[in-house]
Amino acid sequence: MNTISKEPERHEIEALLPWHAAGTLSRRDADRVEQALAGDRELARRYDLVREELAETIHLNETLGAPSARAMERLFAAIDAEEARAPRRRRSVDFGSRISEFLSRLTPRTLAWSATAAAVAILLQAAVLAAVMVKDQGAPSGPGLASAPSEGSYAVVRFAPQATANDITNFLGAYKATLVEGPLNMGGQLYRIRLSETKLPKEEVGKIVRQMQSESKVVGFVAARE
Amino acid sequence: MARYHVRVFRFVVRLVRDESTAEDLISEVFLDVWRQAGRFEGRSAVSTWLLAIARFKALSALRRRSDEVLDEETAGAIEDPSDDPATALEKQDKSTMLRKCLAGLSAEHREIIDLVYYHEKSVEEVAEIVGIPENTVKTRMFYARKRLAELLKSEGIERGWP
Repeated sequence: MNTISKEPERHEIEALLPWHAAGTLSRRDADRVEQALAGDRELARRYDLVREELAETIHLNETLGAPSARAMERLFAAIDAEEARAPRRRRSVDFGSRISEFLSRLTPRTLAWSATAAAVAILLQAAVLAAVMVKDQGAPSGPGLASAPSEGSYAVVRFAPQATANDITNFLGAYKATLVEGPLNMGGQLYRIRLSETKLPKEEVGKIVRQMQSESKVVGFVAARE
Repeated sequence: MARYHVRVFRFVVRLVRDESTAEDLISEVFLDVWRQAGRFEGRSAVSTWLLAIARFKALSALRRRSDEVLDEETAGAIEDPSDDPATALEKQDKSTMLRKCLAGLSAEHREIIDLVYYHEKSVEEVAEIVGIPENTVKTRMFYARKRLAELLKSEGIERGWP
């Protein structure tokens, strides 16, 4: 192959270097780039420049900070406002069915992205949290979470009336807990939370529950539950 | 949860260059997600869908903003270092300078660099988010990197490319 016919191919390979560095090329293209890099020192040098850019772009973005709690509060306020405008009985059903439909459509491909599990957590948690904040005593407002996993360690909790969505989110985050079901058919706005995905020793669960009980600003009642 | 929220926030804040505006916008993004969850067709990654919504909102906000976003020339003028000792030392730090020049790119170039390098989006996914053909994605990335090299050169860092 002469240099004239090689040059367009090299240009094409060079254009793919940023994606190769980020690991987002198809297997076939990645192999092509690897092959070209192995036999072209100048291309390999340019690839080093790309990797520098990638590292510093990540560094730059990671130093941008994070949104304040205000953003989430604003979101829940907006959701609450929409819920309040919707017909009372229908709104919980709609909310749950929308989230359920959304979740059911997540394909394995979409789950490949590392943070997608977190996105699911947002929506799932948002669904239950919104139900908490709506405090609709009349409707069975559990947002379709009957398929919530049963393994692990759980507790039942009633949040304090003054607790905001943000308080609850922070509380769950601090204990690495997840809202999985509620309100339960036990009355009193009780919710089931998962303390751990694995079964913890009884003493460990008791210790976590006692710590939670001390957070009276957020929690009105909490007890271990099988 | 935090990680996902943060990623969308960072994408938006890099576009609008204002944290308060970015926070308002991501609230709108997630509210739209809640409203449109039933319409998500699963043909692309959830993150791609969300970034596309976030991008649309960010650009709409920029258009609304009367004092227009800083363009790269303005940013460059503000950040243009004098030759005091501290700046001279900073110039020696290639990584710092690279980040400074990344921040000084135009919104269009920042966007594509972030999507490819930070948000790990493929050519096809960037095309979907930005709404341009795949070949244009590659070309735009090339010019973004070329512009970055020019900014570095103006700061005294010669990379030998392009």
